[in-house]
Amino acid sequence: MTALAPGTVPRTSPRGSAARARMLRSLLPALSLALVLIAIAWLNPRAISYFGFNLMLNLAIPIALATIAQMFVIAGNELDLSIGTFVGFVGCVTATWLREAPLLGVLVLLGSIGVYALLGALIHLRNLPSIVVTLGMSFVWQGLAILILPKPGGKAPDWLLAIISFKPPYIPFPILAALLIAAVVHFGLMRTSYGVILRGSGGNAAALRRAGWSLLRTKIVLFALTGLFGVLSGMALIGITTSADANIGNGYTLLSIAGVILGGGEFVGGRVSPIGAVIGALTLALAASPLLTFMHIPPDWQVAANGAILIIVLAARVLISRRER
Amino acid sequence: MSSVRMVLEKPWIWSFAGALVVWLATVAFTGGYGAGGMVTAALSLAVFTVIVGIGQMFVITLGPGNVDLSLPANIGLASAVAMKVMGGSDSMILVGLLAALACGAAIGAINYLLIWALRIPPIIATLSASFIIQSVDISYGRGLQIKPPPGFADFTNWQVLGIPVLAMLTVIFTIGAALALQRMIYGRSVLAIGQNIRAAWLAGVHVGRIRFLTYTLCGALGGIDGALLAGYFRGANVDIGNEYLLASIAVVVIGGTSVAGGKANVPGVWGAGLFLVLLLTMLNTFGVSAGVRLVLTGLIIVGVITAAGGEKAVR
Repeated sequence: MTALAPGTVPRTSPRGSAARARMLRSLLPALSLALVLIAIAWLNPRAISYFGFNLMLNLAIPIALATIAQMFVIAGNELDLSIGTFVGFVGCVTATWLREAPLLGVLVLLGSIGVYALLGALIHLRNLPSIVVTLGMSFVWQGLAILILPKPGGKAPDWLLAIISFKPPYIPFPILAALLIAAVVHFGLMRTSYGVILRGSGGNAAALRRAGWSLLRTKIVLFALTGLFGVLSGMALIGITTSADANIGNGYTLLSIAGVILGGGEFVGGRVSPIGAVIGALTLALAASPLLTFMHIPPDWQVAANGAILIIVLAARVLISRRER
Repeated sequence: MSSVRMVLEKPWIWSFAGALVVWLATVAFTGGYGAGGMVTAALSLAVFTVIVGIGQMFVITLGPGNVDLSLPANIGLASAVAMKVMGGSDSMILVGLLAALACGAAIGAINYLLIWALRIPPIIATLSASFIIQSVDISYGRGLQIKPPPGFADFTNWQVLGIPVLAMLTVIFTIGAALALQRMIYGRSVLAIGQNIRAAWLAGVHVGRIRFLTYTLCGALGGIDGALLAGYFRGANVDIGNEYLLASIAVVVIGGTSVAGGKANVPGVWGAGLFLVLLLTMLNTFGVSAGVRLVLTGLIIVGVITAAGGEKAVR
């Protein structure tokens, strides 16, 4: 009776420690968010309240949506460097046409999702580097935003304002929205069979093609989903800020990439995590501004805080991965 | 006949042809007015794109995923460092240039340190580094209103027979870069790593050392570019490098360097740099608004890369 049942592997065995390291790795995004929250609670206990969360996580919804958008292209081994200016473009459309001429606004937004789908097709058919194509597109979106709204202004549609200022009982709206986004995308990408195919197109494209799946279609779907969540992000942003500016989303490109990576996503291999991405976005939103304010660090260092968190989390990941072997 | 075909097969010929077409279109529009001045202006502005473009080219040639996203932040910080060290006095010009060079090289070295120590893709490493550099620059350069020394400003704007001296020096530098790429062990190693990093390692190429050198070189070029920009535009500025993220990647790709790595093209960087600058001049001459200009620039970049087509990327 020397053989052990699978469940009773001694804790000191290499396999047990590898499993623990893997679990620790998957918990890392949640741990970093918890750390930031504890720091905020310690520095300013009053911030941990219904009102405090509403205020601190205000901008987290659009950041989380943009991060999810970026996650879809990263799942297909591509990168979207235009998501920031695209969010700005959507914002300008939302604050002008969507209010004054709803039908035109809706058509333009649907059309822009179509453009994303076409970009996916173009990148796949001509085998183009997505970095260069989306970098070029970032100019196009920015230019269109300036053409629509040359000066900061416009106004969010009333129904959008009503949704964003919704105050549910007990749970602050941003947290509820984050849970909802994470749950919907998690189900769609991680639990449905086509979600597996989508991730597989980043993991092993050759195997999928031999199994008869169209890589053209997976790329189009992934890019269209990016466009869809980019549109949602821009609309949410305008719901919060109530007016638009052509440069309003520019910072989102880098934030969204950072959020995906913080949330445990990887650049190649289709390894992404929707729940992690939302947690990563929340961590960035909290650490960049409220935490620094409570620590009395000048706003100059906001951007650096994002970089520092990214480096610390990645360093922690390396330490854990080293034990995984 | 065969020599014509040989020239046409060179990947860099298309970027120069594009620059020529754009220039002719502008000259036709103005009726020949300002044709020479346009070339002078294009040369002096293209210099800044070419310098960072060469750095980015060496990095991109290292293989898929290698790209330096910290260049804009690097240029911004180096421009502030250079202006502060020079302090407006002609005697400190060389020291200021060296300081900018050292600042850029340090940023490049830190980039590689992050890539190596955290084993993360270069995009993420240079991205996180750029976040921090940007903050350092905002904090360091706050309220910095130092003009470049008059001698330095004159030097960056100096022209001989309508040709900017800076452009001549940059041509010499790019010839050096081409020689380094094709004839020196360093350049051949960069190409070998880009073609197959594992094969290069097995063949005895010092992969780590070469990648470290390349990122440091790219950072140093960003630093020197920041100092020159501050001289040319008469003052440092946090946002001075912003446009060079797209520009540095675009000139590399339009110039015929393979994004998959392992195949670089130095003359193409010049052609593409001139093409981009002349394109902006043309759109300005046509009198289009800022929005239309941005849209057309973006569409042309997407169009050029689509026409050039991608090779099979080795992932």
